[in-house]
Amino acid sequence: MTKRYALGIFEDEDVLLHAVENVRAAGVKIHDVFSPYPVHGIDDALGIERSRLPIAAFFFGMTGLAFALWMQIYMLGFDWPMNIGGKPHIALPAFIPVAFELTVFFTCHGMALTFFTITGLYPRPKVPVMDVRATDDKFVMAIELDETSSQFSRLTQLLRDNGASEVNQKEMTTK
Amino acid sequence: MATLTHQESATAEQLVVTDGARKTFITIIVAGVVVLIIGLLAAIFHIGEGEHAAAGEAAGHLSAAAGHEAGAAAHHEGSPIWLKRLLVSLWHSNVFFLGVSTIGTVFMAINYVAYAGWSVLIKRIAEALSAWVIPGAAIMLVVFLLGRHDIFHWTHEGIMDKGSANYDAIIAGKSGFLNLPFYLIRTIVYLGIWAYFSWKLRQLSLAEDQLGGTVWFHKSINASALFLVLYAVTSSMSAWDWVMSVDTHWFSTMFGWYVFASWWVSGIAAIALTAIFLKQAGYLKALTVNHMHDLGKLMFGFSIFWTYVWFSQFMLIWYANLPEEAVYFNQRLGGFEGRYTGMFFFNLVINFVFPFLGLMTRDAKRQMIIMKIVCIAILIGHWSDFYLMLMPGTMKGENGFLIEIGVAAIFLGAFLILFTRRLAAASLVPVHHPFLDESVHHTT
Repeated sequence: MTKRYALGIFEDEDVLLHAVENVRAAGVKIHDVFSPYPVHGIDDALGIERSRLPIAAFFFGMTGLAFALWMQIYMLGFDWPMNIGGKPHIALPAFIPVAFELTVFFTCHGMALTFFTITGLYPRPKVPVMDVRATDDKFVMAIELDETSSQFSRLTQLLRDNGASEVNQKEMTTK
Repeated sequence: MATLTHQESATAEQLVVTDGARKTFITIIVAGVVVLIIGLLAAIFHIGEGEHAAAGEAAGHLSAAAGHEAGAAAHHEGSPIWLKRLLVSLWHSNVFFLGVSTIGTVFMAINYVAYAGWSVLIKRIAEALSAWVIPGAAIMLVVFLLGRHDIFHWTHEGIMDKGSANYDAIIAGKSGFLNLPFYLIRTIVYLGIWAYFSWKLRQLSLAEDQLGGTVWFHKSINASALFLVLYAVTSSMSAWDWVMSVDTHWFSTMFGWYVFASWWVSGIAAIALTAIFLKQAGYLKALTVNHMHDLGKLMFGFSIFWTYVWFSQFMLIWYANLPEEAVYFNQRLGGFEGRYTGMFFFNLVINFVFPFLGLMTRDAKRQMIIMKIVCIAILIGHWSDFYLMLMPGTMKGENGFLIEIGVAAIFLGAFLILFTRRLAAASLVPVHHPFLDESVHHTT
């Protein structure tokens, strides 16, 4: 689906933070903000809800832990028991390092895949980018436009009043 | 109204220690004395928990067997049990409280060297935590000079003389390091370095309050960098000297880190707990839940770090199963008729499982009641950790709890009196610290 966005370009993160507060206070809904690096406090300023990713991470971790324990207990305890230093076949202290590593492995890969899937930021040949300068030194505030023609000029005025160095229009095809 | 980007800056605040607080501290000391006296009487007259001591005395074979198990001949009885327990528990609580106290300065030094801004609002708490360093150092030297024979096996008469009946070849082989003059010099050097730098950083901080300017900040960074290098060495060596040399035959290359991890996480818990109490008493107005969140992260992370070091030490010894190493865990897991086994697992639960699950979520770290409970659990847990490091090597099968808890309560009360006095001696907010505004605006 193709949508039109007004893009306010900002030079400075502090100006951006104030602008976000003021634009929201003026009753305009901000689609998203794009920045070259994480801006402290931007989540609260945008009113973004807490991510539920940590909950997913917990379950990925539990999966990894269970898998690691099952794998070692099955392999060393039942499938191919070996005498290693006279230790019991199912020697839990020796399983802890592998269990730890696989917990971390499952958690980080699961989180990364979940994150890419949900946000649509996964790598692909043609990536939809609002403004490529957001990956360099500019901060971009995107506001979705509806069909009324006067809206863009009003937004341009609002963004310029709040320190935007330029205001552009862009059409984007989103999922 | 304060918004996200516009907040009032912090101003000077003066803590007033109320009479009620002072009474509480005195009550803790008095309660400690009462518990201590009950414990001493019980140990002297072999009643209540003293039954083990009585059993040990009645059946000499028990302690001999325990001594054999420890790989050390039980050829020295030393002071009566009650006196031995008193001296060992003084050493135990002092090592714990002195370590936690020093962590105040270490915490501050790390934040200076890292140019950290977020911690400025709690800097005065860390500073005040080090008020115990000098009394702790004095107690350490006095207890060592009076009670070293009851705490350290290697100080026994003739243990390093080939002709003596007490001769122990393994301990004699360590005489180059474990001898009285060198040990005393080392201990005095550690204590001297810690006392000097905690005094120095405090003086620089107070001068900054009075005079302002960034010169004090830069001087503090230089002092902190030097202190951290020296502390890295002295904390590790003091752990060998004060704790590991109790089990003279045994050795572990992880031990310095292990003791430091215990002190460090307890120190952060003490800072966090004080910050919560001050905030709830209406002080530190600029302190927000964001600062507590970061302290919670540190406690969470370093509880895991402590477990990591603990496990690294345990697993290598368990896996290699060499008699001279494994004896340490034999004593704690099932040794002395299993009297330390419960504590061994309690240690892991309260210092790892509880903080790990309790502080895992963001909401938990931002909930003051949960933070408080975890802080207290960590402090009790690491005191127990030191108990478990020191008691099997010194008291063997004759340990107890009443005397130890009494001594710990006396230490706690005295510690709190000096701690709060230093907190009240200057503004709770270091008003001229160059990063104060960054701390006030801190978000996570």
